[in-house]
This record gives sequence, C-alpha cells and structure tokens, in this order.
Amino acid sequence: MTVTGSRHVGSALDRVDAVEKVTGRARYAYDNAPAGLVHAVPVQATIARGEILEVDVDAILKRPGVVAAIWHGNAPRLPSADEELAVLQSRRVAYRGQYVAVVVAETLEDARNAARLLRVEYAAEEHDVELRADHPRMYRPERVNAGYATDTEDGDPDAALASAPVVVDAVYSTPAEHNNPMEPHATIAEWDGDGLTVHEPTQGASSLRASLGSLFGMPPAHVRVVSPYVGGGFGAKLKILPHVVIAALAAKQVGRPVKLAVTRRQMFAVTGYRTPTIQRVRLGAEAGGRLVAITHDVYEQTSIVAEFAEQAAVPSRMMYAAPHRRTTHRLVRLDVPTPSYMRGPGETPGMFALESAMDELAIACGVDPVELRVRNEPETDPESGLPFSSRNLVACLREGARRFGWAGRDPEPGVRRGGRLLVGTGVAASTYPAYRAPSSASARAEPDGRFTVRLAAADIGTGARTILAQIAADTLRTSPGLVVVELGDSALPSAVVAGGSMGSASWGTAVVRACEALRDRLEAAGGAVPPGGLEATADTTQEVRAQEPFARHAFGAQFAEVGVDADTGETRVLRLLGVFAAGRILNPTTARSQFIGGMTMGLSMALLEESIMDREFGDYLNHDLAQYHIAGCADVRDVQAFWVEEDDSHLNPMGSKGIGEIGIVGTAAAIANAVHHATGVRIRDLPIRMDKLVR
Amino acid sequence: MKGDANTTYDDAAPAPITVDLQLSVNDQLYPVTVDTRETLLDTLRGRLDLTGAKKGCDHGQCGACTVLVDGRRVVSCLTLTVSVDDRTITTVEGLGSGGALHPLQKAFIDHDALQCGFCTPGQLCSAAGVLAEAAAGWPSLVTPRSPPGAGPEAAGCSHDPAAPPHDPAARALPDGPPEPVRLGEEEIRERMSGNLCRCGAYPGIVAAIAEVAR
Repeated sequence: MTVTGSRHVGSALDRVDAVEKVTGRARYAYDNAPAGLVHAVPVQATIARGEILEVDVDAILKRPGVVAAIWHGNAPRLPSADEELAVLQSRRVAYRGQYVAVVVAETLEDARNAARLLRVEYAAEEHDVELRADHPRMYRPERVNAGYATDTEDGDPDAALASAPVVVDAVYSTPAEHNNPMEPHATIAEWDGDGLTVHEPTQGASSLRASLGSLFGMPPAHVRVVSPYVGGGFGAKLKILPHVVIAALAAKQVGRPVKLAVTRRQMFAVTGYRTPTIQRVRLGAEAGGRLVAITHDVYEQTSIVAEFAEQAAVPSRMMYAAPHRRTTHRLVRLDVPTPSYMRGPGETPGMFALESAMDELAIACGVDPVELRVRNEPETDPESGLPFSSRNLVACLREGARRFGWAGRDPEPGVRRGGRLLVGTGVAASTYPAYRAPSSASARAEPDGRFTVRLAAADIGTGARTILAQIAADTLRTSPGLVVVELGDSALPSAVVAGGSMGSASWGTAVVRACEALRDRLEAAGGAVPPGGLEATADTTQEVRAQEPFARHAFGAQFAEVGVDADTGETRVLRLLGVFAAGRILNPTTARSQFIGGMTMGLSMALLEESIMDREFGDYLNHDLAQYHIAGCADVRDVQAFWVEEDDSHLNPMGSKGIGEIGIVGTAAAIANAVHHATGVRIRDLPIRMDKLVR
Repeated sequence: MKGDANTTYDDAAPAPITVDLQLSVNDQLYPVTVDTRETLLDTLRGRLDLTGAKKGCDHGQCGACTVLVDGRRVVSCLTLTVSVDDRTITTVEGLGSGGALHPLQKAFIDHDALQCGFCTPGQLCSAAGVLAEAAAGWPSLVTPRSPPGAGPEAAGCSHDPAAPPHDPAARALPDGPPEPVRLGEEEIRERMSGNLCRCGAYPGIVAAIAEVAR
C-alpha cells in the first residue's frame, strides 16, 4: 500500500471550520428557512400499547394558522416501509411516545398549540416494559449489531470453570442511556415535482438518501440530503428516523416546505438510545491470574417494531487469551422505544462488565490489575486465530501506569482518606475494531492552484473536514490551506456513514486514491491545469474488499482516581488518564479532543446517566436534560489523553485506526474499579449513585 | 384508557396576539411584529436570521441559546421577546467587532474548545458574561468568602441561603467597589456549568476562558 508523505498528516492543524463555528455562521439543518415554509409539530402516543381509535382532525383544522393535521386516517400511503418507519401508516401503537399524528401550521407557536390540543382516542392494552434476564419471551437474534455471530463457543468453558482454582462469577448491568447530542434532530423537507430535498443533521447523507428513496419508492437520484454541519450524533443520527418520514409526508401533503424540529423531550422516545443490559460474566483462572475460561451472557431489550441487538459480549471474544470461551446474546421484544446505536455499541457496556470482572479477578488472585491484563495478552486473535495487524495494549498499560503514577499502589480497598474523601484508583482496558468501508471521492485542481475534494462524508464534530484536508494536501503535495473539502451532501460522491469509528479510514482512503489519480492526470498534462480545471475520482470498493485478513483493533488503557465523600457517597472523578494505541494519529489536536470527549462521556456514563423506565406508564420518566444528567463543566476536572506510536501497514494508506469511540470504552469500568479501591464497595450496576455507596 | 386525550386543555384558547416592538441586537435596531408567545430565541432565529444561538432543549437546561441582555447572560429560550424590547441584546454574531474575532472566540479556536460547534455560541456568550460578572465581583458557589476579615455575613457567599445570589454589593469592601473575582479553573468550571457540551470539550473551554481572563 502507498503511504502518504507526512508533511501535514500528523500536524496539529486548527479545525478548518472553527471560525464558522465560533462566529455562529455555521448553518445547521434547523438554521435553514426556505421561503413559504410551514411548521410541523408531531403528536406522540400517550399509551405504550394499543390502538388509535380516532383523531379529532376537524376541530384542530379550525384553529388559527393550522394548515393540516395528519394521522393514519388521512396520511398519504407509503409504498413500503419497515414497521418503525411506517409512520402514520397504522392504527397500532407499539410504544409510548411513538408518533401518532402531526399538525402543520403557519407558525411554530400555532403548530405547538394545535398539537397540544389535538384529541387522540386510544384503546389501550396491557403493556410490558420491564427488562428481566429471566423474561419468558427472551429469544436468540439471528445476528447481533455489525453482523457479528449471536453466540460463540470454544473449548469447554463449563468444565474449565468447574476446575479453575479461582472463579469470578458476577452479574453487571447498565441502564438505558440516551445519546443526547446537543443538536436535537430536525428536518426541513421540500418537494419539487418528484424530487425531495431534506435538510437533516445526519451521520451519513448517502445512506439517508438511499433510505428515503426506497421508502418513497423513487430512485435515490430524486432525493437530496443536505447536512454540512451536524451538532453531534454519537450514533443517534446514523440511520433514518421516523421524524424524517413525517416531515417528508407532511411536505408532500401540504405542498410547501415543512420544518419539523424534534424537541429534547420527544427525543427520548423517538431517536434511539442504548439498550439497558444485564450481563453475567464468569472468569476462571489459575492462581497466578492466567485465564482459562471466559463466559459472557448478555440480556437486552428491543422494541416490537424493530430489532436492535447490541453486541455487548463481542469484546470478550478477542480481549484475552483464555482457551475456553462462550458468549451469548438474548433479546426480548418489549413495548418500549426502539434502541439503537450509541457511542461504542457493544464495547461500551460489554467492556464495563468484562473490565470490572477483571478487576475482581485481580483482587481474587492478589495480582496487580495492570499485571493481570499483561499476563493474559494473547498472541493472536483468540476468536479468529488471525494475527493482529497491531496490538499495543501492553504498551498502553505500561505507559499509562508510568504517567499516572500507578507503581507502588496499595491494593487494599477503603483505606485512603483525604479529608472527607475516600480516595482510590482504578484501571481498565479499552478496545475498538478498526473497520473500513468502501467510499468514493473526487479531487479537482483549479487553475488558481487550489484544490477541491468532494465526498458525502460527515463531520459531526470529529474534525473530518480538517484531517481530510491534511490527507489531500499530503497526497497532492500542497498545503491544506489550498484544499477545500466539501462534505455533508448526498449530491457528492457516495461515502460511508460517520459511524463505527471508520470515517477517517474509509474516507481517507478514497481521498488518497482520488488525489493520486488527480496527480497522475496533472503529471500527464505537464503540470498545467487547463482553464476548466482537472478532476479525478476514486471508488475504494475493490481495495477495501481485497484487504488482507487481519484482526484489526485499536487498544487503550484508562486510569482513574476518584474521591468518594465518606458521609454522602458523592463520587467525583479527580483524575482520568487514557493512553491509546490507534495507529497513526492524523491530527493531535482533534484526536486529543476526540479521546477526551469519549472519556468524558464515559465519566458521565459511570456517574450520572440513567434513563428510568416508568413501569406504570411505559415511558422514560426523566426525559429532559434537567433530569437525565450528562456531565457538566464542573464534573470534568483533570482528563488527559495520550497515545503510543503505532506503525501499522495493514490498515489503510494513512496507517490510522478510528478514535471516535474507543475513548468511552473502559472508562466506566476504570471509575467503578477506582470506587471499589476507594470504598471497598463493588458497584456492578451503573450509574454509581450515592445511594448505592451509602449503607 | 379509552377516550384519553393528549391534553386536558379545552378548546377556548385565545387567538394569537401580536405586538410591534423594536429590538436592539448587536448594535442594530430591528422593528418587528411578534407573537406574544414567541421566545427571544425564536425571534432571533426566525425573524432576524441570527441563527447562532441554538435550541438545544427549549427548557433553559442546556445553555445553547445563551445570549447577553444588557451584558448579562440569559437563556433566550425562556425569555419572551416582548420582555426585551427596550434592552440591549448581544448574540454570538455580535461578540467580535469590525470583522475581528472576540478574544474568547480566538481562544476557543486555539484551545480546540469545540467539536460539533452546536453549543459553542452559547458557551461563548456565557463566557463573555462570566468575565463581566467576575470583573464586577459577583461571587459563585465556589468563590472564597472575601474580602479577608470581612466575615461571612459580608461575603454574600451562596453557602448562606439567605444571601442574595447575585448581589455584588455583598462582596464590596466597606465604602468601596466590589472586588473582582479571580477566575481560576474551579471558578470557571462552576460558572460555566449551565452550558452543556456533549462532545466533552470542557477542558478546552476552561483553558480558553482562563487564558482570556488572565
């Protein structure tokens, strides 16, 4: 593989869209206002299961400013749709908060008022919204997210556990968690003849275009998705969601552009969330801590209308060298909102369980937790037997221990006091797969010496615009200041979503290949750019499919120091330090922000985040930011991220691994392990609330 | 549950009422006609095309809509437009002057104090408010009780629930102006906690504000 020169890749270039963002000029989807637009406000079901009997459309149409009120009884029919997206196509209610109608009015105020007054009659049925591991309707899904096998088994884990000198057998649980990007979802939909234009914050303009095309029974070329700025996603903006369908339906019905903003409170039912998990982990080990067996059994929920199976046990297949292993995933369909991707699906809850169990094993064996992980380092991927393209977990653990000041740590829990605080430290490992997917890109040389790189990538705050300019500049042997990157528009060359931490690797490969092709064309033209410019394109489908078999993963080690108030149980993270091995770091500034941002979300997960299901009414009770707590400025004190040099030629032309998700993986376990060290109390169910510590 | 409506409101809601007023935003006067139910955030965004301030929660819980009214930060999503027609409003678009970035805007770039950028306009307006509040001597929860020797009664520290929360006079030296609050990292973190950032840019935000405060 070619490797780009490194004049600009690896340098700390300022975010190229920073000025747009600090001046308020960056236009997010909801900031657009096409002429003649009307406002749509959706109405959500107030029952968790049952049927809509009647919607009093006539009364609402008489209200000031109301243009339309649409429900199953009068909605345009969609040619085909999966159940979650078949909005207003049925009388059935599958979860509380599901859209049952939409009101369209001239102003937002009129639409909100009318939506609030719309009478909807239901025939409610008994609902079931409680996840239990022993739920009688637990079933085995075909596959789990990202295409992984549902269950795996190697060797004889039961026999190995029965004869192991040391066994840890514990159940860990994580609550439902909501992504809550700061930008709520919003759609502006406008039809022009047969064509549909949608302004929508999305992590994948190309895939949203394809979804809309198939949903409305038209060729993708008739759909355009515009999304230059996205106010965070964390998985919540990866796939098409019902509100986009409602906005498009409403715009079709009223024949005017429609603006629909999902409110923060509505988001808790209709924009996805991380399923709650119940996870049983069993570790069998020799007295010195060498693992002989790992089993990891996961129980999760999904909705009646869609299946999402979070792959929480998958990291236990490749983390440590245990000859006997079993992993399983079971789901139950409940009358709940549909769960979906949230930062590091699978690894994030799964590694909380595994890395907490590893800490328990370290204590049971009397082995230092860093050393325990080093002792269980596998030679090759235990699951596939493939060699790792690179695996530097041990280097991360060693470097982290050195920077954190781990040496000489007294393992005794509950004995360090600093004033009112009980102080402790903990460690956990992180991992995330290094995926890459086909993408295409174009590169264009202008006569004035500038270049334009185009592809339907998304910069959701990751710094994609910036690093793609750096990658292009190196390949074209120019300066990033002369490269304009255009992204966030489905009219650009098709590109994979900003998800699975694969954006940079996938888009970067396409940009390198397009720029190489352009360089060839420029050389063939004797270096002179004709007045009309020169352009070249690339599609990496063949290259990505042909890549050699390797186990490709990023790794990391996270260290936490916590202080727990001895009287109240209030836990504060005093220090958080992560060291990561993620291939070549393309831009240290944006990479550090990505790592720290992931770690911050992990801190938030450890101490604060919890969506509480109301069994009586069947919805998430704490559905706003005053009640669903995410880390605020005062919660985040000393968070530092570092990385080790990693030279891996089996990845992509840049030699990079994705870094968007690994920062959150392992953080919660490191903090829970530190809380145990501080207090002697093992918290196996997140979040680590005061009431769980005060006994 | 048969027959449940989404609301218990009756049908007697009054028709919308509009008001003509003059808004002073970023040193410009805007004559506007607004619905009395309209928030300042919706007016700025929908009528004046000042879309920098963002709607992150519409409930005053996230701070993304923060703007300055007479130099003080407010959450514009909970501010009715009709209540600010004689006030001076500054949004992120008006922070800089003469095409130059405000020092806070430059510091945010230098410290990579943003990722997706959605909360950034609110963070910046909030930070500008913090600088002014600290200069005016307004204490926060973590401000040391001062001036030294003045005793806790004079400090107006919010540990005392009876003390007015934002009374600069409470921190005043006897017969003197309020003493400015030094904006250390803890002070900044406390004062900026009304502005959520899901990307986790807090360390950069704190460093950027600390640099400008120095």
